[in-house]
Amino acid sequence: MKYYAYYPGCSMEATGAPVEASIHAIAKPLDINFMELEDWTCCGSSPLAGVDKFKAIGITARVLALAEKTGLDLVTPCSSCYTILREANDLLKEDHDLSDKIRSTLSAAGMTYNGTVNVRHVVEVLFNDLGTDVLKSKIVRPLTGLKVACYHGCQQVRPSYGYDDPEYPDWLDKMVVSLGAEPVNFPLKARCCGSSLVISEPDTAIELIYKLLQNASDNGAQAIVTTTCPLCHLAIDGYQASVNRKYKTKFNLPALAITQLIAFAIGLDFKASGLIGNITSPKNLLRPFMEAKISSTEAEAPAT
Amino acid sequence: MSDNGQATFLEQVASLPACEKINECIQCGVCSGSCSTATRWEYPPRKVIAMVRAGMKDELLKSNSIWFCVSCYLCTARCPRDIKPANIIHGLESIALQEGYKPPTKTTTMYRTFAASITDYGRVYEFGFMLKYFLKTNPLAALNMLPLAIGLFSHGRMPLTAKKVKGKDQLNIIINRLSTGGDR
Amino acid sequence: MEPKIGVYICHCGSNIAATVDVEKVAEYARSLPSVVVSRDYKFMCSDPGQDLIKKDIKEMGVNRVVVASCSPQMHEPTFRRAVQEAGLNPYFFEMANIREQCSWVTESRKEATEKAKALVSAAVRRVYFHEPLENKEVPVHPDTLIVGGGIAGIQAALEIANAGHKVYLVEKEPSIGGHMMQLDKTFPTLDCSACILTPKMSMVGAHPMIELLTFSEIDYVSGYVGNFRVKIHKKARSVDATKCNGCGTCMTKCPIKVDSEFDEKLSKRKAIYTPFAQAVPNVPVIDRKHCTYFLKGKCRACEKFCERNAIDFQQEDEILDIEVGNVIITTGYKLFDPSVIKEYGYGRLDNVLTSLEFERMVNSAGPTGGQILLKNGKEPESIAIIHCVGSRDEKYHEYCSRICCMYGMKFAHLLLEHVHGAKVYEFYIDIRSFGKGYEEFYNRVQREGTIFFRGRPGEITDVAQTPEEKGKLIIQFEDTLIGKQRRLPVDMVILCSGIEPQSDAQEIAHKFNISCGKENFFTERHPKLDPVATMTDGIFIAGCCQGPKDIPDTVAQASAAAARVLALINNGKVEIEADTAVIDESKCSGCRVCNLLCPYNAISYIEKDKVSRINEALCKGCGTCVAACPSGAITHRHFTDVQVLAELEGILV
Repeated sequence: MKYYAYYPGCSMEATGAPVEASIHAIAKPLDINFMELEDWTCCGSSPLAGVDKFKAIGITARVLALAEKTGLDLVTPCSSCYTILREANDLLKEDHDLSDKIRSTLSAAGMTYNGTVNVRHVVEVLFNDLGTDVLKSKIVRPLTGLKVACYHGCQQVRPSYGYDDPEYPDWLDKMVVSLGAEPVNFPLKARCCGSSLVISEPDTAIELIYKLLQNASDNGAQAIVTTTCPLCHLAIDGYQASVNRKYKTKFNLPALAITQLIAFAIGLDFKASGLIGNITSPKNLLRPFMEAKISSTEAEAPAT
Repeated sequence: MSDNGQATFLEQVASLPACEKINECIQCGVCSGSCSTATRWEYPPRKVIAMVRAGMKDELLKSNSIWFCVSCYLCTARCPRDIKPANIIHGLESIALQEGYKPPTKTTTMYRTFAASITDYGRVYEFGFMLKYFLKTNPLAALNMLPLAIGLFSHGRMPLTAKKVKGKDQLNIIINRLSTGGDR
Repeated sequence: MEPKIGVYICHCGSNIAATVDVEKVAEYARSLPSVVVSRDYKFMCSDPGQDLIKKDIKEMGVNRVVVASCSPQMHEPTFRRAVQEAGLNPYFFEMANIREQCSWVTESRKEATEKAKALVSAAVRRVYFHEPLENKEVPVHPDTLIVGGGIAGIQAALEIANAGHKVYLVEKEPSIGGHMMQLDKTFPTLDCSACILTPKMSMVGAHPMIELLTFSEIDYVSGYVGNFRVKIHKKARSVDATKCNGCGTCMTKCPIKVDSEFDEKLSKRKAIYTPFAQAVPNVPVIDRKHCTYFLKGKCRACEKFCERNAIDFQQEDEILDIEVGNVIITTGYKLFDPSVIKEYGYGRLDNVLTSLEFERMVNSAGPTGGQILLKNGKEPESIAIIHCVGSRDEKYHEYCSRICCMYGMKFAHLLLEHVHGAKVYEFYIDIRSFGKGYEEFYNRVQREGTIFFRGRPGEITDVAQTPEEKGKLIIQFEDTLIGKQRRLPVDMVILCSGIEPQSDAQEIAHKFNISCGKENFFTERHPKLDPVATMTDGIFIAGCCQGPKDIPDTVAQASAAAARVLALINNGKVEIEADTAVIDESKCSGCRVCNLLCPYNAISYIEKDKVSRINEALCKGCGTCVAACPSGAITHRHFTDVQVLAELEGILV
């Protein structure tokens, strides 16, 4: 059993609910325990850095302080939370004026942070701590023949975290291969979906999402496997209709968060794997795989 | 330092977290060349940095430029001098909002509403945040969002009430003690 | 004779005096035992400064001298000479470094002054115990070893050989010529590279004073200036050079094709090959890793068709043992591999080339006969040349590679010449056209119609956004002089990759006992005043192995290194410092522990006397044997226990 301190982030409770469901659904079968931080508050995300840089770091520091108390690695599914937490953590680990200021502010609120937390992303934990071999061994529904574009998004791999390639990452592709599916060539796999501005500058965001969908479609994808970031998932899943309206296209590429896909592949039904919450429905695409041959070493999949 | 002892615009920006290297920029243009939204910026990222160094604070912070940053970090990943342009852009946003600039974009309102949600609820209460934002800017624009909103509601992805978060009070103690500092 | 110590504190302008209170230090020195005179002066290394010392020796009978100033690396020879000129043994001199080790690294004036006092006290106590020593003179062997047969090595070899002295020129490839042989035309004169290089190569090949050892590498080096012993590993060519007449039949008959390194893998060579037509020596080698005979024992076509019976499959590697007086290292460079810059698409996208690949393509003796061709066989209509690839970038190489602006512009000129109606675009951050005729060349290239964009591209992509972009390589960049992001579709992209040291630079440095700097270029003795010498006497460097440079500078450095070597050969002898170790044979128990420990193999066991003896010429004064000797029989001249302990006392007391 692997234990992690889990920080879902504000979006996972609302727009990210289907992805959140899938993360918790696969935890037990994969022998992982994601322990949600108690009484967590917002990390600040990109907007706070643009409102008040110092306040933003203080807000993020509270999450780090909470995580430090557990003594476990801090894992988050949201790429934006991930970037913000890592950035704040790196700044606070260095000993200088800023970290002193933040530390004294934390202690005024009755908290401490000593810079010992390891901030990690759900996708990275699945790839490194679990590994594709383990995923492969748990398959009940091999996804043979399913062609997908693997969308990593921008903040999972940048600025530069020292592992998966910041320009052409392939961890999602490797995981998808271990589930039996076929990742297509997808040059825009690590480009921005524009979600941070989709509310205030919808034109800009919709254009970016359009480029992603077009590139995936041009390369023969039937669906887009996304990172666990709720914003990336919503961009593909929820805004596809807006793209079709504006650009007069007919995209129908379901957004399958990697954890949703894993949940489905290891035998969970549509509801349990969170897929039922997707707006661009994956039902038709995945129906043929529902009846797929069950691996002889695994138990029968539960009925839909 | 300028004559009356006040920090110059450049010094102000350089004193923000992770923005110290702004003076080492060689103006190569990789940031602008990589930027996902550069065609919408009045002054692309490289020029923004040049304007900071030239002290053109008003002209810069009154424009729409920095508000189109989507935080994709391509600039930061590719910069040959490790300047971290994205951090500088965020820093400029925070200066603009702290000092009451009014650039021609709704993103400032969106950011402020987002921040208010955090102080009010401890977390971003998505439904409340969106409602407030559209009421403040353009209620009619919300109509465009209706199909999506309905989709989210019907799929259980838009709770109508905010969760009660005890940690909100502790968070507000932290928030109240901090503000954009630097050499102002 | 009773020691009478003279102490001289240098101001070094403000270098020392601004931080250290030199007058106070001089005053303090006056109070030390056996000090008869203590002075401070602005520039001790100057003639008047030195005269102060000489005067005191002559008039006051000073017989021990301490100068507190800069590092001994700078001026120990200067002051030892001054002392000697005044009639005193130069080893009665000691230097206290109160600059590099004190004033330059201490902020507080109080602390710096205290430290300076301690250092001076140490030097004073030490010099009291100094003994007079004599430098040894050793002969300089007149032969020279040059490592690397590119233009630098060739130039240096010819300079020395033409002066009448023997040169061993070692080159690891089957032929000399280096990268310059791969180039088409050279900037700014647009001379054909091979045309200006091959005459020199022929001269080397034919020169009676040059022993050319190609397909060879350095195995082991030992010795010291004037007297190096080098083991050279001569790889087996599998061809008898005395019989081969270079007819090339073997190459035409060989059935095996291998990617040609010389053509940057754009064409194939055979398993038996010369890298290019004008190879010197014009004797092929068999690449045993790909030859069917060596892999499976079959074929032997080359042997069958060779009219001179020159093929010798049984040929073995040879080890040559040579003695030389000096070494010049001219191992050159390799090109930065841009595959790591993922956003530029090298290796992933078709028609993205490195500079050397383009040189081979545009060369009329190259794989396409000088035609510029895309992967689909057509000519490109538009070509982008990107500067600073892998250079001026903290992620790859921080330094500017110096030659890329010029060769990038050269490419523009060649493209306009070779491809009728082509549109050529240069993407730069700064144009560095610093040399003679270089700015004029830039002007010429502009006049010819090349378009220059100031902006380092963000990425090169094949994802089209408009119909015009379909099937093209799109350069996404900011035109910084206008201030707008733009996308430019082109057919071909050439990456001006930077140059970097060879991958075995550290290994070579280790073999020759020299250092590599931060970026692995060999470290020169002084970047401004001594760029061709290293910290190891007798080992010189020249060309791109010392730092990126163009052909004129490379040739100049090669000639400079040759001149230094000729000076040493001309003098015929060189002085070796006297601070070597000596064994008191009455105390030596013959245990031989020291024999094995000596890193310079300077100690041998004398069977008939049953003691060990140190060869003073080989001894470098490292002190290992001194510390290890269980009988305490070994003394380190000029670093005796008494001297070293006195120095420590000075610091601590």
